[in-house]
Amino acid sequence: MDGLLPELEVIRKDFPILERQLAGGFPLVYLDSANTSQKPQIVIDTMVDHLERHNANISRAMHQLGSESTEAFEAARDRVAAFIKAPSRDEVIFTKNATEALNLVANTLSWATGDLAIGAGDEVLITEMEHHSNIVPWQLLTERKGATLRWFGLTEDGRLDLSNIDELITERTKVVSLTWVSNMLGTINPVAEIAARAHEVGAVVVVDASQAAPQLPIDLQAMEGASRPDVLVFTGHKVVGPTGIGVLWGRREVLDALPAFHGGGEMIETVTMQRSTYAGIPHKFEAGTPPIIEAIGLGAAVDYLDCIGLDAIHAHEQAITGYALQGLASVPGTRVLGPLDAASRGGAISFELAGVHPHDIAQVLDSRGIAVRAGHHCAKPAHARFGVQASTRMSSYLYTTPAEIDALIDGLNYTRAYFKVG
Amino acid sequence: MDAALDNLYQEIILDHYKHPHHAGLRDPFEAEVHHVNPTCGDEVTLRVHLADGVVDDVSYDAVGCSISQASTSVMADLLIGKSVDEAMQIHQTFLELMQGKGKVDPDEDVLEDGVAFAGVAKFPARVKCALLSWMAWKDATAQTLSKENS
Repeated sequence: MDGLLPELEVIRKDFPILERQLAGGFPLVYLDSANTSQKPQIVIDTMVDHLERHNANISRAMHQLGSESTEAFEAARDRVAAFIKAPSRDEVIFTKNATEALNLVANTLSWATGDLAIGAGDEVLITEMEHHSNIVPWQLLTERKGATLRWFGLTEDGRLDLSNIDELITERTKVVSLTWVSNMLGTINPVAEIAARAHEVGAVVVVDASQAAPQLPIDLQAMEGASRPDVLVFTGHKVVGPTGIGVLWGRREVLDALPAFHGGGEMIETVTMQRSTYAGIPHKFEAGTPPIIEAIGLGAAVDYLDCIGLDAIHAHEQAITGYALQGLASVPGTRVLGPLDAASRGGAISFELAGVHPHDIAQVLDSRGIAVRAGHHCAKPAHARFGVQASTRMSSYLYTTPAEIDALIDGLNYTRAYFKVG
Repeated sequence: MDAALDNLYQEIILDHYKHPHHAGLRDPFEAEVHHVNPTCGDEVTLRVHLADGVVDDVSYDAVGCSISQASTSVMADLLIGKSVDEAMQIHQTFLELMQGKGKVDPDEDVLEDGVAFAGVAKFPARVKCALLSWMAWKDATAQTLSKENS
């Protein structure tokens, strides 16, 4: 098969969990990477090594361990900046996850004054394919400020309907926030084109890269001025890093103009009983002791991905996705939600199987060691758009083999037989 | 593997799933509730009609997996025609079975087809599916009783 990572078997050996045997002696077939990815040994070892040998709080401990810890934490910021080719490493803010990063932006925008202030008559534009974490913060913001929430609809084949873009992006639009790759439909959105259009009206452009960062090369420096988003967020645990760590990259001018988010230690310049002044970015948005070990683990994770190369990972994902789409088409009664060509989508494929509910599919597959996700995948509006209450989602990653896709297809045929459909 | 699966998906459950009893929303009713399982999106709209201290009708419109659908059907079979007190007892017995982590022996005299759900109790992720409509029934019944009392 063209496009597969040439050293796939070696890569699989980097992930100890892939050796797991599950109940009944079935080897793990992990097809839930869009939910969370598995972790390579180097990430596990880096975190353990830090805990065993270098543990100390950062930026305030005047001892050797303190400086080692600070150095490792800040080196992780450098690695993340390199991973997305951020114009400046100070523009990389560590958060708890992508959800917190999006809430940071939505909340600080609701407190902003001046050019960024949002009020009655203003509009925030999102899309119908967003994860709940890129819907709810904007609902909260617009409700509080008396602003209006609008959204791009979806076409029948699961792409953004851009036919009314001129009605949706207007002088009233203050924020455009959209996902780069849909976690449910797999669709890759034209973020550069939409950002350029949004910048014509002076809107702030926020991109949720939670599903893009694991599988698409991101080069912020290469994105021409107007087509580069102002803010880009992603989470650590989907890029083979640990949970508890997320990333917010923001253009310096925007981050400087936004008010502080959490108040506390580390985000200040000076504090008196009357008032405080604040540190510059990135520390302005990193109040309190951060998830140090998690950030260092994330640094090792993105290094690992960069070593293999995001171009190669993307090609692998496309090859596996194409093979999976072909396999799913061979199972009677399946309907894939989202684009049917592998080239314009990511590695998450949501589907229905006529006559069997997604929970029941996931349960039967689990009894054969195959892990998929069933439900609404935190994208209820996108499901509602297609008249679907829940779906089954398989999602591959750099360690997924064609044989695992074969196991899924066999499992689905077995599921049909088990529930006596067809 | 198939043994574990068969333990979960008893024939009785699959029969109720394919041919649910008492399905559809009917009049008259005193209370209608809508319950959702936020993790998976399963939904049930359920109506209760009580007359002279008896559960005269339980009608519903539900979308969800085989476990939640079959559980709704079995519940309607069990509760319709019982006194409210008896129905509450059955509810309690089913709840204890579901929360028993697979260690409670089901009482067939009380639960009838409901004993088929004993295997579900071993799958923590599915217990909520089995309880969705039972919780909806209790809510609707409580609303009806408090209306009667006020």
